[in-house]
Amino acid sequence: MTTATVVPAQAGIHAEQIWAWLGEVPDPEIPVISIVDLGIVRDVQIAGDGAYDITITPTYSGCPAMQVIADAITEALHAHGVAEVRLHNQLSPAWTTDWMSEAGKLALQGYGIAPPAQQVIDISGLRGGARAAVSRRAASSTPRIACPHCGSAHTEITSQFGSTPCKALYKCLACREPFDYFKCH
Amino acid sequence: MDDKVNYLLRLGDNALILSQQLSQWCGKGPALEEDMALTNVALDLLGQTRMWYEYAAELEGAGRDEDTLAYLRDAHDFKNCLLLEQPNGNYADTLVRQFYFDTWHYFVIEGLTRSSDARIAAIAEKSLKEVTYHLRRSGDLMVRLGDGTELSHARTQNAVNELWMYSGEVFAYDAVDEAMVAAGVAPVADELRAHWLAHVAEILAEATLAMPSADAWMQKGGKQGRHSEHLGYILAEMQFLQRAYPGATW
Repeated sequence: MTTATVVPAQAGIHAEQIWAWLGEVPDPEIPVISIVDLGIVRDVQIAGDGAYDITITPTYSGCPAMQVIADAITEALHAHGVAEVRLHNQLSPAWTTDWMSEAGKLALQGYGIAPPAQQVIDISGLRGGARAAVSRRAASSTPRIACPHCGSAHTEITSQFGSTPCKALYKCLACREPFDYFKCH
Repeated sequence: MDDKVNYLLRLGDNALILSQQLSQWCGKGPALEEDMALTNVALDLLGQTRMWYEYAAELEGAGRDEDTLAYLRDAHDFKNCLLLEQPNGNYADTLVRQFYFDTWHYFVIEGLTRSSDARIAAIAEKSLKEVTYHLRRSGDLMVRLGDGTELSHARTQNAVNELWMYSGEVFAYDAVDEAMVAAGVAPVADELRAHWLAHVAEILAEATLAMPSADAWMQKGGKQGRHSEHLGYILAEMQFLQRAYPGATW
């Protein structure tokens, strides 16, 4: 029995190249930020059979954009000549806004959405002190959110939920403009 | 039915029925912000439902999927607690139902992050941050309505009293729940109940609302498929399309 050398179907395409192409796929809800900058793409692996295994994670459990994102990834890679793409959905570790890139945060700001203002809810802390995590004091100690339009920190929350699950509604008390805030998550 | 499949369906059914109820407020909320908040919460719960159903269907291995579980079961096969099928009523009724559920949901999901079943722990980890927002919001609103106007106080107090008898079913463990506790899958009822009572007491006190007796008689039966008449109406609307046009897809 001879051992045949396995030649990947897309020999020469490295994982770095795949990451770069995925970095051009926009988030369907907020097109100024890519799915890589948003932290949705978790892993790219080249399998022995020449296929590419892409691992993604949902932002929120019910995010309706996930199917669109999965389709967009497959479509983008096919357009670059990658024939075999396998998508994997990963739940743990759960997505966090800490995975959002600095470039992504700047893009959000320029788009009129205030980026996450602090490190997120620490899940390990929640496990230890369950009651403290939901106390109203903890909720009210959230940081001042700067207005993405005029930069003023003189803002207040209008609603804990905005146009999508990942955002809250704020208004600026200086320039009087309402704005979306991308919640720490 | 396998105990774990049953337990997963209970988690999924609670989330789905409440999600469906909240969706009925879409376009009819008392304020735009509330309309959006309720539909956002409904969306989170729907996403969580899919994760529980997907796992239940895989374990069961009977060829069902999340769609057949949602759309092709009749009322007696649903295992949601009676609290979730109570009518939306006025906004205080909707809010108090949400607050009772969110408080239990937060502590049970938090407990499930330590489940001996890795898949359940991962779903719980994913859900916990969402559920934390839900509980913060419903606690804040309880205080605003309870400690609000004379009318909002009266309606909220009425809802607190009327829904109280449905708040204990989640802690009434049967053989299925106990088997999950024994396997290290689910958290113990007594601990959950102690956390629930403490948090509800704290919020109700701040909201200037009187708390009913913790020893009051509690309704149960939903987990075993014995439902009130309300569930049939909810399912009739939710399942209409698949019942009238079997197999219809987008």
